[in-house]
Amino acid sequence: MATTLTIDASEIRRQFPFFQPHPEMRSVIYLDNAATTQKPYSVIEAVSNFWAHHNANVHRGGHGAGARASELYEAARERVARFLNAREPAEIVFTRGTTEAINLVASSWGEAFVKAGDEIIVTEMEHHANLLPWMRLAEKQGATLKVWRITDDGRLNLDDLRALLTERTRLVAVVHISNVLGVVNPVAEICRLTHAAGALCLVDAAQSVAHMPVDVQAIDCDFLAFSGHKAYGPTGIGALYAKRSLLEAMPPYQVGGGIVKTVSWDRLVWSEPPTKFEAGTPPIGEAIGLHAALDFIDSIGRETIEAYEHELTRYALERLQEVPGLRLFGPVPDRAGIFAFMLEDIHPHDIATVLDARDIAIRSGLHCAHPLGERLGGSTARASLAIYNDTAHIDALIEGLHEVRKVFGYAG
Amino acid sequence: MLDELYQEIILDHYRHPRGRGELEPPKITQEGFNPSCGDEVILDLRLEDGRISDIRFHGRGCSISQASASMLTEAVKGKTLAEAHALIQQVLAMVKGEAEGDPDALGDIVALAGVRNFPVRVKCATLAWHTLEEALRNAE
Repeated sequence: MATTLTIDASEIRRQFPFFQPHPEMRSVIYLDNAATTQKPYSVIEAVSNFWAHHNANVHRGGHGAGARASELYEAARERVARFLNAREPAEIVFTRGTTEAINLVASSWGEAFVKAGDEIIVTEMEHHANLLPWMRLAEKQGATLKVWRITDDGRLNLDDLRALLTERTRLVAVVHISNVLGVVNPVAEICRLTHAAGALCLVDAAQSVAHMPVDVQAIDCDFLAFSGHKAYGPTGIGALYAKRSLLEAMPPYQVGGGIVKTVSWDRLVWSEPPTKFEAGTPPIGEAIGLHAALDFIDSIGRETIEAYEHELTRYALERLQEVPGLRLFGPVPDRAGIFAFMLEDIHPHDIATVLDARDIAIRSGLHCAHPLGERLGGSTARASLAIYNDTAHIDALIEGLHEVRKVFGYAG
Repeated sequence: MLDELYQEIILDHYRHPRGRGELEPPKITQEGFNPSCGDEVILDLRLEDGRISDIRFHGRGCSISQASASMLTEAVKGKTLAEAHALIQQVLAMVKGEAEGDPDALGDIVALAGVRNFPVRVKCATLAWHTLEEALRNAE
């Protein structure tokens, strides 16, 4: 296939220590990016530079280093706001990741505003991070959890949502890009329908922010969550975007240091958002690393990343079809670079092991989406792309899959 | 190294499992799960006069977890509880690389030693044995 790829991935890989020769490590073709991405030098240096030279607690000390740390931390918040096109930095709450961001909404907003008999809609393709908080909330509040089923080719049908929405619907929780099916859901349209029914919409953007432009005002979502480590940043940091009016109405999530204006035995006044939701010392170095990661992404440009990964995805789809007995899940050809598949009746764990022996890293299993796995018929193997992958990596994967067939006694 | 993991004897147990199925009651059922990869081994067993008089397995999972369960049902049927416990300990030690397996005592099971070089697969090989350990503990 003649490709006119817009990016030289080998040039990008030079920015990542993981892809440089190491005396004790074998070089790996890394296709597990939906689990976590590798980190560029710029992120590692930003984190390390903070710990080495600027370490102090934020919003506390009466000294210069503390003021500098606070500045860097708030600059990271401002960077996230700009990255998502939020109206103001106050709409960004730092969390440990997507999971904590959604738990925050389920605990704080959910317990305050979801009552017995209310309804929450989740899709059948949700990761446990955007499923279990709602299951638990529904159980706690006596609310009803309704499941928006997927079509046989792994998409969401908007007519099915129209049929599910009622005047009791309080929230629709939907993933932007499925971590299994690779489908890109029409979240702006989903938010529009949800708002028309008088409910709120939460978008799990863990798999999308590093791979395509994400604009919270264009989507018009009420909540959006993502993780730093799937976007070339550190673990332990992520963000919740929420409309300011919602953050103002919501009670604190965890309580403790740093989130009150005043406390006495008979009076307690919470801080304004987002401070109200960040009890305790936050992950400061990690937030600064996230800042560098978003700079890295935007130095390439999200439109460019999307176009490049789209090309690579088309190439991968073509080549995967060549492998006899391979069943790919999710829509074709319109999708993101996440490919969950089964091969003959070879267990995905065995597929991963044979590929691992060839230094190709993929994931196998249920991908923290057990109800979806049940619908698909069990565990799958999953290869997922990032900006540093190229067609040679896809070729190696395909060659490896032929080897898997051979090991398990299937004719070439 | 891959050849040591996927030995012919293991693939044979995977493709043609011995002792696959369920027992009619009365029976003891014990479920074992490996949540990270979705492996599942369910053991049905019957104890009579201090022996495992019958045992079967069902469930789904990778070649290693299912072959290991198949080998287990062959190996422990008819054994006393003390013999079964000793065998479990011997197999676990071998798979984890803590001891060499004795081919005379273990038979086909020595083929499982190949997982030693694949740390992420050790749990697959031990699943059935840990499940049996738990079944016996619950029965006592």
